[in-house]
Amino acid sequence: MKKELIGVYTIWLRDIKRYFRDKPRIIGSFAQPILFLFVLGTGIASSLTFGGGGGGGYLDFMFPGIVGMTVLFTSFFSAMSIVWDREFGFLREVLVTPISRTSIVAGKLLGGSTIAMIQGTIILLFSPLLKIPITFVIFFKVIGIMFLVAMTIATLGIVLASVIKSMQAFQVITNFLLMPMFFLSGALFPLNNTVKWMNVVARINPLSYGIDAMRTVILNNPALQLYPLWLDIVVLASVTVVMSILGAVLFSRQD
Amino acid sequence: MNDINSNNIIEVKNLVKEFKGLRAVDDITFSVKENEIFGFLGPNGAGKTTTINIICTLLSKTSGEVTLCGHNIARERNKIRNCIGMVFQDPSLDDRLTALENLYFHGLLYNIPRRTLKERSEEVLKMVNLSSRKNNLVMTYSGGMKRRLEIARGLLHYPKILFLDEPTLGLDPQTRNKIWDYIIKLKKSKNITIFLTSHYMEETEICDRIAIIDEGKIIALDTPDNLKNTIGGDIITILSEENVKLKKYIKEITGSDVHDAKEGEIRFEIKDSSSFIPKFIKNSPVKILSISARKPTLNDVFLDLTGREIREENVSARDNIRSRMMGRMRH
Repeated sequence: MKKELIGVYTIWLRDIKRYFRDKPRIIGSFAQPILFLFVLGTGIASSLTFGGGGGGGYLDFMFPGIVGMTVLFTSFFSAMSIVWDREFGFLREVLVTPISRTSIVAGKLLGGSTIAMIQGTIILLFSPLLKIPITFVIFFKVIGIMFLVAMTIATLGIVLASVIKSMQAFQVITNFLLMPMFFLSGALFPLNNTVKWMNVVARINPLSYGIDAMRTVILNNPALQLYPLWLDIVVLASVTVVMSILGAVLFSRQD
Repeated sequence: MNDINSNNIIEVKNLVKEFKGLRAVDDITFSVKENEIFGFLGPNGAGKTTTINIICTLLSKTSGEVTLCGHNIARERNKIRNCIGMVFQDPSLDDRLTALENLYFHGLLYNIPRRTLKERSEEVLKMVNLSSRKNNLVMTYSGGMKRRLEIARGLLHYPKILFLDEPTLGLDPQTRNKIWDYIIKLKKSKNITIFLTSHYMEETEICDRIAIIDEGKIIALDTPDNLKNTIGGDIITILSEENVKLKKYIKEITGSDVHDAKEGEIRFEIKDSSSFIPKFIKNSPVKILSISARKPTLNDVFLDLTGREIREENVSARDNIRSRMMGRMRH
């Protein structure tokens, strides 16, 4: 047991170390959210009258969504790195060590989620520019939600990475799963007053609950809240549990 | 052929691996003795890496029996993983970490206590002459240094068997020689069995025994010398003005088969070339433009067995894609 925990820790630590050594990745990964927030967001906000309700402007509405987006992309790509790690790199080495496949998955999940949380926190630090007050209590609540969302998405990534083995399929998944998930999560526009099919898809999209939780905690504005916070947390936690079991099983299969 | 098998550290019986109907490994049986250097020799795609991946628990087998260090591969994977070290064909180092960090992570995964781990890291780095670069990022290493570091890492947990899959692939000749020096040194200094694959014929001569593998089957297995002795003497290559006539003449006087070789030359085998050549040139009915004789190599053995040569520059489509992808992923 101790051996397996050391294994999880090793895989986690390796991901974290790699992250902090990869300066271009750190800079690149918050360039996109900043672009969304200050260019796309400002543009949309000044050309439309925002009908989302609750008094705040569009930028206020969008901000939690962008934090969510950062967490989404970071944790998903970290988890999916298993695909090329297994083929070309370090993971092959880990797979011949006496560490169980489950511990490898756990280490990868925690590593990806920690990095996603760090990235999300960097975006969160831009809140004063938007005049969104973030108290200490809110800050720690957001961290908790970010970690939960990151885990949910990372488990999903692990499941997909265990099934697909090629980089081509990876591109397809990014375009046909990840982007729709993001657009239909309520991150960029409210989902309660769009067309019906969007509303339906959004309900089965686990990320919707993550974005909703994020928005509830950051803005604390009941008018923008879709579900009660406890429901968000229950949905995210359940998806995480189911997906991590599935991921561990699929990943342990031998070719 | 094998004596009763208490000193066999690897035993493989009737191993088969199929990928979607394709037989990559086709019913192979062999064993490796403790403390020997055993080589798998064959062209790309012959099934060398597939076999190694099965033996080292990375790939499941379709059928057959594999035992390593007395542990069955289907049931005791973790015990096997503890007793093997692995150097992969593709680099599997973490290039954003230093050499010491790479070793540190590896040691943690094998549950080596920290103090021991420190000592051993220094020891293996010294062995491959990388001590002075131990705190540099692996990114800054040359291909040969990376390979040496991988060998060091493979040895860190004191495995009983070290697998080396194409340990010199993609390295320049000088570096290749150095890698072999390390491998020979290793065999002398440590109590370890080495299992390697290569498609460079000459390099595998350091092996105690070699299995020649082609299209998923073992077509010969013996010591390098015995393999070369299967060829009837020296290899003679001739360039002449009239090959057809000459071939017929050679067949008449020697009784051995004559083959076409590269660039319009013909080749055949003869027992005692030094006394044969002067006589031959004197009596030849056709003008000889050039003639050479040499000792047989493992390449000739392969040619003899399969009718084909192992081409060294034979990069498969998959390898091509792979190297392109690696370029993309790693910048």
